[in-house]
Amino acid sequence: MTTAQRRPPAGDAGTRHTGGRRTLGLVLGACALAGACWLSLVAGSADVSLSAVWRALTDFDGSYDQTIVRETRLPRTVAGLLVGLALGVAGTLIQAVTRNPLADPGILGVNAGSAFFVALALAVSGGMSIAGYVWFALLGALVATCAVYVIAAAGRGPASPERLVLSGVALAAVLSGIVTGFVLLDPETFDRMRFWSAGSLSAADLPMLGTVLPFVAAGLLLAALVARPLNAVALGEELAGALGANLTLVRAGAVVAVTLLAGGATAIAGPVGFVGLMMPHVARWIVGPDQRWIVAVSVLLSPVLVLTADVLGRVLVGSGEVPVGVVVAFVGAPVLVGMVRRRRASTS
Amino acid sequence: MTAATGRTLRLGTLSTRVGGRAVVAGAVCLAVAVVLALVWLGLGSIALTPGEVVGALLGQGDRAATTVVVEWRLPRVLSALVLGAALGVSGAICQSLTRNPLGSPDIVGFTSGSHTGALLVLVVAGGTYGQLAFGALAGGIATAVVVYLLAWSRGMQGFRLIIVGIGITAMLGSLNTWLLLTADVEVALGASAWTAGSLNGARWPDAGIATATAALLILVACVAARPLRQLELGDAIATTSGVRIERARLGLLVLSVALTAVVTAVAGPINFIALAAPQIARRLTRAAGVTVLPSACVGALLLTASDGAAQWVFDPVQLPVGVVTVCIGGAYLVWLLVHEARRR
Repeated sequence: MTTAQRRPPAGDAGTRHTGGRRTLGLVLGACALAGACWLSLVAGSADVSLSAVWRALTDFDGSYDQTIVRETRLPRTVAGLLVGLALGVAGTLIQAVTRNPLADPGILGVNAGSAFFVALALAVSGGMSIAGYVWFALLGALVATCAVYVIAAAGRGPASPERLVLSGVALAAVLSGIVTGFVLLDPETFDRMRFWSAGSLSAADLPMLGTVLPFVAAGLLLAALVARPLNAVALGEELAGALGANLTLVRAGAVVAVTLLAGGATAIAGPVGFVGLMMPHVARWIVGPDQRWIVAVSVLLSPVLVLTADVLGRVLVGSGEVPVGVVVAFVGAPVLVGMVRRRRASTS
Repeated sequence: MTAATGRTLRLGTLSTRVGGRAVVAGAVCLAVAVVLALVWLGLGSIALTPGEVVGALLGQGDRAATTVVVEWRLPRVLSALVLGAALGVSGAICQSLTRNPLGSPDIVGFTSGSHTGALLVLVVAGGTYGQLAFGALAGGIATAVVVYLLAWSRGMQGFRLIIVGIGITAMLGSLNTWLLLTADVEVALGASAWTAGSLNGARWPDAGIATATAALLILVACVAARPLRQLELGDAIATTSGVRIERARLGLLVLSVALTAVVTAVAGPINFIALAAPQIARRLTRAAGVTVLPSACVGALLLTASDGAAQWVFDPVQLPVGVVTVCIGGAYLVWLLVHEARRR
């Protein structure tokens, strides 16, 4: 993992082999994404035929089956798409900026920061519109990102990957502890936050997604802009400076992008961890170390993970459903363990 | 425990060095904890003076006061004292074995494992305290084995153990959420009362069994923890000084998990006491490493104080004590990270 990140970007000297692999990765990613969307529209407790799903999207006639597809499954699928790509790209950026293969918005406490500020706002105001709490989710994400970095980088030298993870876990523990406190003190808030705090797509509806969409889009745009200079950051601070990258600007841009993306995703689904941890590695494995390609492939592949996890959560349990955050953690935690093992084995 | 102030105590074949500063620090912590406990026993809708509380405890108070103190309030306060001590000891042993201040049962996943075990028993069998404790113990030991094996690759490294533990903790947390979602509503409600770690539901006789077991295990730990100091020096030195290292390490690890499991079965996962108590004790006693008995005293003080805060700060709402310990302990962990970085 680290060796892949420390290797200089392939750049123009990239072989034809890499080029073919990248195209293949994009095509496969697009196919997988289409498949996951289709699965998310079709799977569920109500048995809706394929043709009915298609007609609901193209030629809506208001029948019961079609209403299910349009009113519940379509918003869910869109929510899964948005959350997935936002978290995947946020993970890519955060890993590139911190040069840390273990970074992830969930592990680093960014999601917990969002949740904390939303809970705080709810506790103080007693209730607000979705548009209102998106802002608090974003603010929380920003504050938590900065706080974790400051804690981890206290003392001399750059923040080591492990130290960053620990600071994130500590901060997330404190913040989610306080959120639990809020929730128990005010049962009405509790009702609203209960499902949200487990990380679930089930509460999503289209107007809410419309509110969050601009933030995620802005984050994506910013990510696309900083992806190229991030290749220079991967070479280390001194080399990056020598290559003419404006480190402060790149870092600030990446942090704002992470804030927008992770905060937006948390506003939709609550804290969902591990997506941002796994997908950049999968993408890097497919397309090599160029950040531009990693971002592109993460955009395609991360929603596949979230949508598949959501479908699994719907299908696995007979009645009711497992929140997507729970399913993703089940897949993601072993990946984290595997990565720590490989990392040490390769460096020691 | 400096050599200058230390003296040796002998009891039959057992002997131990006791440092003056350790004794004073431990005694002061314990005294403050006991005073706090007496105050909590007097607080409530029926307020009692400390004199009445002591009278009731000694069996000389009037009937009403005795009922209030002994039947209603004592289970909770006694649990906080003894279980806090148990968590402190558990953390001290675990941190000493991993030679890392972050290697405590709550960070490396044993607490979550115990919680999962207890939840499984609750969902499948619906349990008495004994069944829950067994489930918690089995879950904790299984988790310990899994974490240890996963973190082992050409030797053990502290940070890898911790990151593996964090991963396993996340996974078990998800599993616990899922178990609660699939369980019957009544079981889920009962179980979710202690998902955050709470002493609100402590009653006789469960609290009595739990505190008695915990006290027994703490006594065992005091005797069994003697090889810890040699183990901290490294395997080679420990072997030459007559410690059977693998046996000692395994026994101590099981003891540490058992202490956590006893607490988890009655109160749910109370995090961060096991992390913070040994380190605070180390600084108070100015000892070279973590020490078992002072950690127990600090743990008792921390949990008693936290539980009182959880009960009275937001009166009439009672918070789970786990929420308070997470806030205090998490803040402490942040401080520890910053402080350690500065010292490098």
